[in-house]
Amino acid sequence: MSEFFQNLFANGMGSTYLEAILTTLKITVLSTSISYIVGIPLGVLLYGTSSGSIFPNKPVNAVLGFIVNMIRSIPFIILLVMIQPISKIVMGTKIGDNAFIFYLVVAAIPFVARMVESSLKEVDPGVIEAANSMGSNNFQLITKVLLPEAKPSLIIGGAIAATTILGYTPMTYLIAGGGLGQLAIQYGLYRFQPQVMYISSILLIILVQIMQEGLSFLAKKLDKRIRH
Amino acid sequence: MIELQNVCKAFDTVSGSVEAVRNVSLKIEKGDIFGIIGLSGAGKSTLVRCINLLERPTSGKVLFKGVDMSSLSKKELLKTRHSMSMIFQGFNLLEQRTALRNVCYPMEIIGTPKKAAVEKARELLKTVDLEDRMNSFPSQLSGGQKQRVAIARALASDPEVLLCDEATSALDPKTTRSILELLQEINKKLGVTIVVITHEMKVVEQICNKVAVLDGGTVVETGLVRDVFLSPKSQMAKTLILPQGNEITRNMSSRTIRVVFDGQESSEPVISNLSLECHTAVNILGADTKNISGKAYGQMLLQLPDDPSSVTRIFNYLTDRGIKFEEVSGDE
Repeated sequence: MSEFFQNLFANGMGSTYLEAILTTLKITVLSTSISYIVGIPLGVLLYGTSSGSIFPNKPVNAVLGFIVNMIRSIPFIILLVMIQPISKIVMGTKIGDNAFIFYLVVAAIPFVARMVESSLKEVDPGVIEAANSMGSNNFQLITKVLLPEAKPSLIIGGAIAATTILGYTPMTYLIAGGGLGQLAIQYGLYRFQPQVMYISSILLIILVQIMQEGLSFLAKKLDKRIRH
Repeated sequence: MIELQNVCKAFDTVSGSVEAVRNVSLKIEKGDIFGIIGLSGAGKSTLVRCINLLERPTSGKVLFKGVDMSSLSKKELLKTRHSMSMIFQGFNLLEQRTALRNVCYPMEIIGTPKKAAVEKARELLKTVDLEDRMNSFPSQLSGGQKQRVAIARALASDPEVLLCDEATSALDPKTTRSILELLQEINKKLGVTIVVITHEMKVVEQICNKVAVLDGGTVVETGLVRDVFLSPKSQMAKTLILPQGNEITRNMSSRTIRVVFDGQESSEPVISNLSLECHTAVNILGADTKNISGKAYGQMLLQLPDDPSSVTRIFNYLTDRGIKFEEVSGDE
């Protein structure tokens, strides 16, 4: 048992772990952020074009909805292989961390768009009606009413998106990327050092917890509907 | 100021088309506090939304200062809405903004400089007696306070018309009274024309000068509140004025009258004098009277004696005194 623990940080593994954590964080944060930059407008579009909403447009809504559902229904690992040629064009490479961020973003955008759409749907229709009665145009309605009113729900959605993306990061090992997941599989599976796998997994668990709890706390803190 | 001409509004539902508003024509003059009263489902809320075109009428015209609202472009319509504010039963404040920033909202969308907007919002919150709650969020305010913020917000764009959709229906009687007083003050001081949608006759009585009674999507009676209250013609108006009237007079063999007090000296004991002078007893079945600065307002339901000559004496007495009354029958 003591040998087990001694091996944990043997051979300067400490810096390897640190590097893996940073890589995982980099991939997660960048993918989540980029997904949201595209996902928020897309979510607003999905919300706004639905029937009875602020700018109903059946054809646009149907096409968008179809694309979103289609991408979401392709398993990530297959999607990753399918869009490698696109990554080659966009990112200049099919492998490595940057290419992996591209794959994650493509897979996450539809997911994020649906989350944003559902957060916006939670906004009280009465408040939207009031804003309309005051003569708000659609842009003002979106930027001053819908998104701010949905903020706490959007952040909770962000926590779910980020932790889900984090859960996908180990797949980078398929395309020679780095990070905790890659470490776990490389050492645990191929080098017969299960302890590295355990430690990597524990570190992943800790990361997920921090991200989830931190963002939930933030959402609660920012929600003015709750009396503090 | 506002004129509705044969306004109809139908909704398409799964079970076919439903006409919520049918052929409504109304004229609301500048400075009016115009009540639109009716039971739930009478089409009041749809009707008021037809005024600012939150609901587009299926047919008919809505004229605001002589301009047909439905002929306006989207941009012009939004601009018109700045001068036509609305408050709601559910207050509909922005939950993530403070009271002050809620009041700032209408000024933000018309591009008022931030400093001027905040300045004005402070003034408005002072007007509605909420200067100490400027930085509170809606969740920290009571219902009455929320409605005050909503009123301040509605006034921020210097509207000419204020539409109130069941604005007091979610509030307790005391808060209702204070909100109604505030609306009255706004009408008097700022000259804002107010349209009040309600299902409570009390609200109409307290602040409106004119009223339209809505039943099944159509206007069944309209006129000065005084006239409608004193001698309601439609069954709906009677029901609204005397909700328990039918209950009380049902299964009554003797005749019942509704006596209306319209500013008689409240120091005069009308009913006692009636009893003494007519040498007969009357039974008070129900009463809802108020003493407003020495004058009596309200109504009373009296059960008359069976003897026809006593009834005639009572009728003569009331007529001599100039007290308005009408016979109520339970069969209606």
